[in-house]
Amino acid sequence: MIRGRRRDLLVIGGGPAGLAAAIKGRELGLDVLLLENREILGGIPLQCVHPGFGLHYFGEDLTGTEFIQRFVDKFERMGIECVLGGHLSSMSLVSDLEKEVKVITSRGILSLRATAVVYATGARERHLHEIGVAGSRAPGVFTAGEAQTMMDIYGIMPGREVVIVGSGDVGLIMARRFALEGASVRAVVELMPYPGGLTRNVAQCLEDFGIPLYLSHAVVAVEGSKRVERVRIASVGEDLKPLPGTEREIGCDTLVVAAGLVPYIKVLEGLGVIRDESTRGPVVNDLLETSVPGVFVAGNAMAINDLVDHVVEQGERAALGAFEFASRGGISTRRWRVLAKGANVRILVPHMVSGEEDVTVYARVSRPIRRARVVFPEIGKELRLPVARPAEMVSVRLRREEIDRAGDRITMEVLEDGRG
Amino acid sequence: MGARAGGSLPVRVAIVGAGVVGAAIARLLTRYEGFEVHLFERNADVGWGASKANSALLHPGHAEDPRRFPLRARLCARGNRLWHLWAEELDVPTRWPGELMLAFSEEESRSVFGEYLERAISNGVPGVRVVGKEELKALEPNVNPSAVGALWAPTAGVIAPWEATIALVENAVENGASLHAETEVRRVVVEGGRVRGIDTSEGFFEAEVVVNAAGIHADSISRSAGVDFELRPRRGEYYIFEEDAYPKVRRILHPTPTPKTKGVYASVTVEGNLLIGPNAEDLPPWAKEELSTSRSGLDFVWEEASRLVAELPPRSRVVKTFAGIRPEPPGSQWVLEAYDDPWGFVNAAGMRSPALTAAPAIAEHVVEEFMGGRYGFELRERASWNPRREGIRRLKEMGEAERERAIGENPLYGNVICMCKEVSEAEIAEAVRRMRRIGLKTVTLDGVKFRTLSTFGWCQGSFCRVRVARIVSGLLGIPHWSVAFRDREVTYGVGDVKVLLSGSKGDGSS
Repeated sequence: MIRGRRRDLLVIGGGPAGLAAAIKGRELGLDVLLLENREILGGIPLQCVHPGFGLHYFGEDLTGTEFIQRFVDKFERMGIECVLGGHLSSMSLVSDLEKEVKVITSRGILSLRATAVVYATGARERHLHEIGVAGSRAPGVFTAGEAQTMMDIYGIMPGREVVIVGSGDVGLIMARRFALEGASVRAVVELMPYPGGLTRNVAQCLEDFGIPLYLSHAVVAVEGSKRVERVRIASVGEDLKPLPGTEREIGCDTLVVAAGLVPYIKVLEGLGVIRDESTRGPVVNDLLETSVPGVFVAGNAMAINDLVDHVVEQGERAALGAFEFASRGGISTRRWRVLAKGANVRILVPHMVSGEEDVTVYARVSRPIRRARVVFPEIGKELRLPVARPAEMVSVRLRREEIDRAGDRITMEVLEDGRG
Repeated sequence: MGARAGGSLPVRVAIVGAGVVGAAIARLLTRYEGFEVHLFERNADVGWGASKANSALLHPGHAEDPRRFPLRARLCARGNRLWHLWAEELDVPTRWPGELMLAFSEEESRSVFGEYLERAISNGVPGVRVVGKEELKALEPNVNPSAVGALWAPTAGVIAPWEATIALVENAVENGASLHAETEVRRVVVEGGRVRGIDTSEGFFEAEVVVNAAGIHADSISRSAGVDFELRPRRGEYYIFEEDAYPKVRRILHPTPTPKTKGVYASVTVEGNLLIGPNAEDLPPWAKEELSTSRSGLDFVWEEASRLVAELPPRSRVVKTFAGIRPEPPGSQWVLEAYDDPWGFVNAAGMRSPALTAAPAIAEHVVEEFMGGRYGFELRERASWNPRREGIRRLKEMGEAERERAIGENPLYGNVICMCKEVSEAEIAEAVRRMRRIGLKTVTLDGVKFRTLSTFGWCQGSFCRVRVARIVSGLLGIPHWSVAFRDREVTYGVGDVKVLLSGSKGDGSS
């Protein structure tokens, strides 16, 4: 076993959240080590050859690869240490000020110790079995992420005739990606009555390529023996259940499942962090600290984000928390206010805010709302949005003095603006 | 007729079907002098029929009615005992948690348990007894509170079913058997009342004895030898949960059986996943390849399993749903028989449940009663027979010191490819080596999956399958996209990413 010295901060994951956390931590003067399980830094943006990255953070429209390269370059310029090709096997607490992780590498098992940890391992994709699609288990079913890795990391074409389940941005972008490589994209099938992704992506990825979008439809079965040959889709009612007599067949050899992401926090669960069943990530305070002191989380491991810009912000925020934890021997005791989900709010992070400083909260609404009023009744804060949609995170900056007005609880609601 | 010592001319035996039954027979035959054992399999790999998709249970044997199914009753109880030895010799993971047959009323308990206790006594199943509500709760904390009592059968176990078949074949091949994969047997060739061999997709193959263990297709093989019966496909569907989805069950739970089925079970696999199923749906005779799941079938399984336990994990923790086809013979009777006309034809057909449990005992029966008894071949044990086979060493199961050692000896053990199941590159490479060693013609991703458990976890391969395929392509020296999925015709990709634009598949190098 190779034992290293105890670091101030161990960052787990070398994607956008992890790189941002490591860079910020180093800028704050921490002794930082980053662990990445692949042989290359960058994470998922490495396979994102499409634009739309960095509009907020850099004020520029970059591809995923361009965006992440800026962080990788900076990380390397700063000479921050990292372990590549290391698989995080387990994490344990030696004490509240010392976390130990076991890492499997081809050079042996590493035991890495640190005062604070930023956990930034991203998400996994929901798969066919999880979304309850019955039928054949023939080859030809890929998640969007696997298809994207095949095409844009390894140069492999997954199939010729494609149906995509899910119209979130990932599904829309993959529809276009397949079309650009000459595949016939037969349909994008969406369970909800509205598209899951950004309006601009519906226009640019589907309409521009003449790809049909079936809203309020479900894939009810996959058929085929040696390989997928067709899928059966049906309209769904308001209860999202298929309506009898509405089934139709679409021929295809490939089904791409873009049915959403789930925070990949297996090792954190092993550590016993408390989970939020709506985000499926850990419960966090406004420093993005989990229920285990000194273990912070950022990016899609915390909650599924819409934009990489938010992910980077969270990485930096978590590093600030880690800095405080490492430099003061813990996060000072604060008067935490619970941030509570009110009307039409499906997910909301962080779960607790202190009022010690300004804080950004991230939320997703449970249904699309035109002319939305975002209201925090306990602190008398209100703002208006032309539209709030489940696909887009609503991020709101709460100022210290606003938080200070509240008692133990701050509720966020998103209402329809009655005044039109 | 035909009695011959293990002398100069070996007896050529062609076994049709490399499922758990065919493989067990092959393994046991290699133990004796004088047999040349050939195992024929139409799929790219072994054990991909009913042996793959089933409840993975080692039944105690008290569910079998000794009056109606004497052979099933005897061989099930015997097989359950034999698996202890066979699994140890072959390094196949098993667990022995015991089984609780639940009753939901005093009436049910009185009327049914007496019958099964009688069967346990008659079939020689040890340790079976009735337990009351209190002991039931102690044996199984997650039992449905509406259960009033249970019949406790402590000898029930679970096994890794695909690993069992793979291990049997590896051991058989190690001891001299030959596997003919991707070779479809079309008919048995009979001349003058004797078996002469088989016609296969690769041509005629001469054999003195043909053992028909062709699973759901055994009826057409048998028909070609002049023994007519029909097998009906019966579909069973299952849910399997993530390894860390709770609550699980401590024991194997099931309701009191019906004539058609032993009912929906709840059990925990050798890998630690909660498994519920199966239903039992009779399909039309032409639907022998129907491995689709159905909404209605899955809903039924969920409902039935909910009756057994206090609580199931949430549906969002389901890692996979799947279906298996069991061959249902006429009158539910196994067709386990050696014939004088044609001489040399043996049926091990209609192998419905509990065939997985009984497989070692079925093999014993075929070898001792048929080869030795009926056909009079002398059964003399080979001194050189090696009963042992070792499984692939799994990183996940190693302690820390063992991991260190393994990585020190082979650094590929330190390259974790499947994060969910902690499967290393070393295990994937070893699986490929073994697949080629038993004589598979095509190395498939499914074959690697069943040998290593990679892609079995949380992400169902969305992270790692592309990397597994990359490793396989490197070992085979073929383009990444062209690695076979399940058979040689269906490849991982359809070509290089530009294939549809350029029309050329490309070499896929990147």
